[in-house]
Amino acid sequence: MANIRTMSFDAVIVGGGGSGMRAALQLAQSGYKTAVITKVFPTRSHTVSAQGGITCAIASDDPNDQWQWHMYDTIKGSDYIGDQEAIEYMCQTGPEAVFELEHMGLPFSRTEEGRIYQRPFGGQSKEFGEGGQAARTCAAADRTGHALLHTLYQGNLKNETTFLNEWFAVDIVKNADNAVVGVVAINIETGETVYVKAKATVFATGGAGRIYASTTNAHICTGDGIGMALRAGFPVQDIEMWQFHPTGIHGAGTLVTEGCRGEGGYLVNKDGERFMERYAPNAKDLAGRDVVARSMVLEILEGRGCGPNGDHVYLKLDHLGEETLNAKLPGILELSRTFAHADPVKEPIPVVPTCHYMMGGIPTNVNGQALTIDSEGNDQVIEGFYACGEAACVSVHGANRLGGNSLLDLVVFGRASGMFIEKQLREGIELKDASEAEIEAAMAGLNRLNNSNDGESAATLRAELQTIMQNYFGVFRRGDFMQEGIAKLAALRPRIENVALGDKSNAFNTSRIEALELQNLFEVAEATAITAEARTESRGAHARDDFQERDDENWLCHSVFFPGEKRVGKRGVNFTLKTREPFQPKVRTY
Amino acid sequence: MLNVSIYRYNPEVDNEPYMQDFQIDTQGKDIMVLDVLEKLKAEDPTLVFRRSCREGVCGSDGMNISGKNGLACVTPLSEAVKNNKLVIRPLPGLPVIRDLVIDMSQFYAQYEKIQPYMINNTPAPAIERLQSPEERAKLDGLYECILCACCSTACPSFWWNPDKFIGPSGLLQAYRFLADSRDTATEERLANLDDPFSVFRCHGIMNCVQVCPKGLNPTKAIGHIRNMLIRSAT
Repeated sequence: MANIRTMSFDAVIVGGGGSGMRAALQLAQSGYKTAVITKVFPTRSHTVSAQGGITCAIASDDPNDQWQWHMYDTIKGSDYIGDQEAIEYMCQTGPEAVFELEHMGLPFSRTEEGRIYQRPFGGQSKEFGEGGQAARTCAAADRTGHALLHTLYQGNLKNETTFLNEWFAVDIVKNADNAVVGVVAINIETGETVYVKAKATVFATGGAGRIYASTTNAHICTGDGIGMALRAGFPVQDIEMWQFHPTGIHGAGTLVTEGCRGEGGYLVNKDGERFMERYAPNAKDLAGRDVVARSMVLEILEGRGCGPNGDHVYLKLDHLGEETLNAKLPGILELSRTFAHADPVKEPIPVVPTCHYMMGGIPTNVNGQALTIDSEGNDQVIEGFYACGEAACVSVHGANRLGGNSLLDLVVFGRASGMFIEKQLREGIELKDASEAEIEAAMAGLNRLNNSNDGESAATLRAELQTIMQNYFGVFRRGDFMQEGIAKLAALRPRIENVALGDKSNAFNTSRIEALELQNLFEVAEATAITAEARTESRGAHARDDFQERDDENWLCHSVFFPGEKRVGKRGVNFTLKTREPFQPKVRTY
Repeated sequence: MLNVSIYRYNPEVDNEPYMQDFQIDTQGKDIMVLDVLEKLKAEDPTLVFRRSCREGVCGSDGMNISGKNGLACVTPLSEAVKNNKLVIRPLPGLPVIRDLVIDMSQFYAQYEKIQPYMINNTPAPAIERLQSPEERAKLDGLYECILCACCSTACPSFWWNPDKFIGPSGLLQAYRFLADSRDTATEERLANLDDPFSVFRCHGIMNCVQVCPKGLNPTKAIGHIRNMLIRSAT
């Protein structure tokens, strides 16, 4: 018997970051009974760490800017496996969503005209790549994510959203029709396990950068939503596509915004050479992130890295002057002084490509409805289940995300999911109740963990997992290495399933949470590994030594990982635009 | 070996809190206090603390480190170790849930009391509301607050009246909205603060300024609110 309490809502949103709180805001305003389950107090979510800004054609820096140019850049940046319908929706709706945030109080930096300040970011152009560098990233100094997240939390307070703060969702509850009817969750403070029942369950659980040893991501980025979806038997899409941000601080992994290069900073090797001029003669340091990250790794591999071990390069900012740095990049000064012991006013920051963003995720349509693929290869909506933000793959980022597009993605699709669910709730959602056995099924993993006796510690197993991913599935990948990595992961699975729980108490038991997070990390890592090995080409962030070319004939498509049989399938990319002819794949140069 | 003394309390096991001593080999490296806690937790899974971003922007790991409130993730040992000893306690003045985890309900309640959101009931334009760089500059030093509670839990006035005195963090945010050229609720906001406790329990002790990990100055913001209250009363 699933002898636990039930709490019922119209909609439950798992995750209190940017996309979850944007969806929650929409639903709270509609009056539907909405709850946000969040494992940390909402303003501690990883959105808070976004620095440089939110890219959107609001025509402030350039009064003639067009959202269509932003759309073109995003499609090119995705290396043509971003869904064009979704990218069109994001770029077109973006200005409205950004102005809403401003009206809500977001303290954007300003131009002399009093408009929102926009800075140049990588991969941005005017006139469909023909008009030179654009400045399209709306910024609140270099703390845009912080400003955005706090503003959204404040908006939710104003609209009296119910927050289940410091609650952790354990697993999905499915009914007899394979529809999602809520989650089993733990109240971390008390240890109580509750069935949180909902007509609409939205996963806004963020990324999983902690599968790698070196990451810009917070400790909490453990792919909980992806882990739960895979355990429930639902597929994930393009999960092999991981973005390595060019500028993580060497050693610490903390992020240094692309805005540094947008403001005029650049990378140099040990000879002081501005090497990006060789790799991307036009865009230079503002080429796509995948291009810059690979160039950096090549410099290091070819012996031109900096430092005693030649294992990083330098980001030079001192030529911008103290005044500019204080005004535009104050947070970076603070981070560099703290974590690199380097004062950017006087000396360069040691940086190295660092795992940053999960382009893949739960496949959805533009309404946030989660999808699976039937045996004939057709999309099927999973009733009751939605996803948005980094956990989702809608897909606007394809094989490589452009800087500043993650914040736009999370507000646009958080909002779209909320609006669509509101409409569905108004029309009436009928889902069968879960049986006791079905609720019990969602508790199986937790029960097993609670009863574990032997087993190894979560910390040991996590470190091992992260090392495998770092060594075998990094910036450059090769088939035989990846097969070795997959074998190592297969050997690791039973050990992680048998992880020890060294603390069995109820009150604020973070060891229990960390063990559950580790299991989620593992699901993401395994899906990444198997899919990366299967995609026999190089595209966007997925760069293979043994298949160095993009293969449009076979791989101009999404990968879909089915957890049951651990099979990799394919799904067509959407090439339909409402407003113009779609963009056809071309060779991608910067 | 570094000596580390940590406040421990598990309500299910302990009748009262105690200090537990650990030893850790940091190999002479100037790592962060959070790194020390992570290493100790790998050995003792019952040790409990909050953490998230590990770069000083999320505000999860506020704690009392060798007598001073701060964020564990951006406090290097070189700033915190005295006589080869590191002492870690929960933030003072609020109830302890377990070990270094405090119950922040009262802190959040004070934040909510100041209506921490923009109020402007005039119809919004089709684009953003305009704001000059000078007007926007007034928000610098205010909006960056990360709600870590280091300041309010360092404030004797907040310890004494956590239910009635808004505290430095909440007041900093109150002023963030009072100072925003886009907000139109100045009178309403001031009226809500106009009582003997909400603002005027600040006695200018300035512990808040000393401990703020973001280098913000709540005392100054409180001074501005006082002036606005006095002006509106005359």
